[in-house]
Amino acid sequence: MKRLIAPVLIALLAAMPLHAQSRMPAAQWANQQLPDPAQEAEAKELMESLRCLVCQGQSIADSDAEMASDMRALVRERIAAGENPDDIRDWLIQRYGRWITYNPPLDTVTWPLWFLPLILIGAGVWLARGRFRRRKES
Amino acid sequence: MIAETGLAALWLAAALCALQLLFGIAVLRGNSDELSSAVRPVAVVQGLLTGISFLMLIWLFLRTDLSVELVALNSHSAKPWLYKFAGTWGNHEGSMLLWVAILAVAGGLVALFERRLNERTLIATLAAQAAIGLGFYAFLLFASNPFARLSPAAAEGQGLNPLLQDPGLAFHPPTLYLGYVGMSVAFSFAVGALVTRDVGAAFARAMRPWVLGSWIFLTLGITAGSYWAYYELGWGGWWFWDPVENASLMPWLAATALLHSVTVLATRDSLRAWTVMLAVVAFSMSMVGTFLVRSGILTSVHAFAVDPQRGTFILALLVLYIGGALALYGLRVGTVREGSQFEPVSREGALVANNLLFTAILGVVLIGTLYPLIVEAVTGEQLSVGPPYFNSTAGPLALLLVVVMAAGPLMRWRKDDWKKVVNRISLPILIASLVLAILMLAVSPIGILPTLGLTLAAGVGAASLAPLWGRKLRRTPLFTWGMVIAHLGVSVCMAGMAFESSFSEEVLVASRPGETHQVGPYTITFLGTEPVAGPNWTAIEARLSVNGDPEDLLRPQSRMFSSPPTETNEAAIRTAWNGQLYTVIGNGDGSGRWQLRLWWKPFVTWIWLGGVMIAFGGLLSLVGRVRRERRTAQREAYA
Repeated sequence: MKRLIAPVLIALLAAMPLHAQSRMPAAQWANQQLPDPAQEAEAKELMESLRCLVCQGQSIADSDAEMASDMRALVRERIAAGENPDDIRDWLIQRYGRWITYNPPLDTVTWPLWFLPLILIGAGVWLARGRFRRRKES
Repeated sequence: MIAETGLAALWLAAALCALQLLFGIAVLRGNSDELSSAVRPVAVVQGLLTGISFLMLIWLFLRTDLSVELVALNSHSAKPWLYKFAGTWGNHEGSMLLWVAILAVAGGLVALFERRLNERTLIATLAAQAAIGLGFYAFLLFASNPFARLSPAAAEGQGLNPLLQDPGLAFHPPTLYLGYVGMSVAFSFAVGALVTRDVGAAFARAMRPWVLGSWIFLTLGITAGSYWAYYELGWGGWWFWDPVENASLMPWLAATALLHSVTVLATRDSLRAWTVMLAVVAFSMSMVGTFLVRSGILTSVHAFAVDPQRGTFILALLVLYIGGALALYGLRVGTVREGSQFEPVSREGALVANNLLFTAILGVVLIGTLYPLIVEAVTGEQLSVGPPYFNSTAGPLALLLVVVMAAGPLMRWRKDDWKKVVNRISLPILIASLVLAILMLAVSPIGILPTLGLTLAAGVGAASLAPLWGRKLRRTPLFTWGMVIAHLGVSVCMAGMAFESSFSEEVLVASRPGETHQVGPYTITFLGTEPVAGPNWTAIEARLSVNGDPEDLLRPQSRMFSSPPTETNEAAIRTAWNGQLYTVIGNGDGSGRWQLRLWWKPFVTWIWLGGVMIAFGGLLSLVGRVRRERRTAQREAYA
């Protein structure tokens, strides 16, 4: 029996930090608003445009996942420290990649996202205008 | 035997479907006119057989026949009967059978009731419907047979996912499917008319009820889906620009554009080629929607590669049908004459603007939804495209569209004068300017989009009623009422969105029992928590007293389900005439403090009220049109 108990105990001990971690009270700003409404609004806007990395298509502003609450705390802390939301976003993109932001930055990979719609609309208007003009001539 | 009956009915239906296609082609090639009387009955019987097959599957689920693999995997004997019933289409195979059943029954209805369309065009339409059907029968029978047996039978079913046991979720998919498949009928009409070179007003009148009907279902489906996400997810959001939502929004955008252009074609015999194109686009979007949701590509491009058979099959069908339709369009569009002409400033002109803007929004949503998938497939890098992108691109287009919507119904067909149009909407413009002035001067500043949204909502609300001014209301045709109510619904919906996004109040606190919090017009006192238990869950329930009245309680819950272990939030919502109070309980910190999330969302209910009004307007329009068609048909019969 003793031989059996030891590995079980070790396994339990190994599992403990994980268990303990998930029961730890969340950081202060994870679920509390900043006292300054202007700062809170800034933080909220940023949080709504950051993806919760462990969820199915939710932003960190509306997820119950632990990772999301940690990130909410991080965003609020940095905003409270006077950091610019765009800098925080850039820092997060550097760490986690473009996957983290719902507001894709304009760069070599994402430019079609921003320009294709413009091209489409331009083409549509041009097509329609061409029609009317032809009609007037005839 | 039930499963075998279902499978046999499905095979028979598939055979009849092939027959329907072959007969159709033979008649259209002109060498066997005697077959033309056979096409309609074949379509009707095919519809009946597929309907029977689907009923058999429902029966299997109601009986929880665990010797059928699909039932064993997705049902459980202890489920309430409603969820056994809804479980029929709560899985891949069942939902594809539902898809095919709706398709075949719709084809049967066309064959039974469509009498005014040119017979050859009708036969071409039914042949096109059969061509779509064949692909999906093949998909069902070869790649996802819902009736496969399990030997030995399972002792108990596996599916008891508590999250899916919600009435909203049970009836959401069939509503959307009715919309998707209705679009396929419109598409078949378009293909039929292209084949027989018969694109004109009669074709538009035959197609219109189907477009309207499926558009009503799409509208209801999207509205219900949005409300479900709002009350079930527990964070008060009502639209996330999630790919699954976009998959249902895209067919709606295309259908709305089609709905308006088909009216131009039916009334003025104009915009022929464009209407046919929109019918092709609308069905393509339904296929894309089905593909995105059913192939599993959205969870990850890699998940798609893991089980490639089904995804590839649907993708192949998608390419075949859309490619085929576009090729036919390219070949035949030259023979479609332009139809009646009109000036840029006219009712038709406004509807062209409507179509352009809807198509542009559709383009934006399509690009935003598919581009991350393409990037991931090519480079392996993951991109997210979400609310900031869609709001800043589709938002301004939608506002512009709403301006067109205000003026369009007040413009004359063929030719109108700008100054007169502005005159006719002078009162709405005045109302909008007043609202804008109030927002700028009297209210604390809100964002540009919400400001414009509220301003336009007021103006458009007034303008949408304008077609009724000076008319005898009792003699106003039903479809005019339909238009007025639908357009009014748009302004109600937009006002709700703008109010919610700019005047919501949020309170996030770690609260001790006895503490009070002010949110909007309410004072909330946290009285404490207590454990409660349901049939398959336990929960912590908070007791929140509203405005100091200990009898008036809100009870949000944090539920723990045992199998599979999941936590969900059950928000407690108080609806008032001017908004909703939305309360959620989060975790406790172990020392007696609980996280509470409280929102006051003014006029948020208008978002869904508007959606329902839009669908109801569509229904009035549908009834009005069908009645008038029938009366005209009777008059023609007597003449």
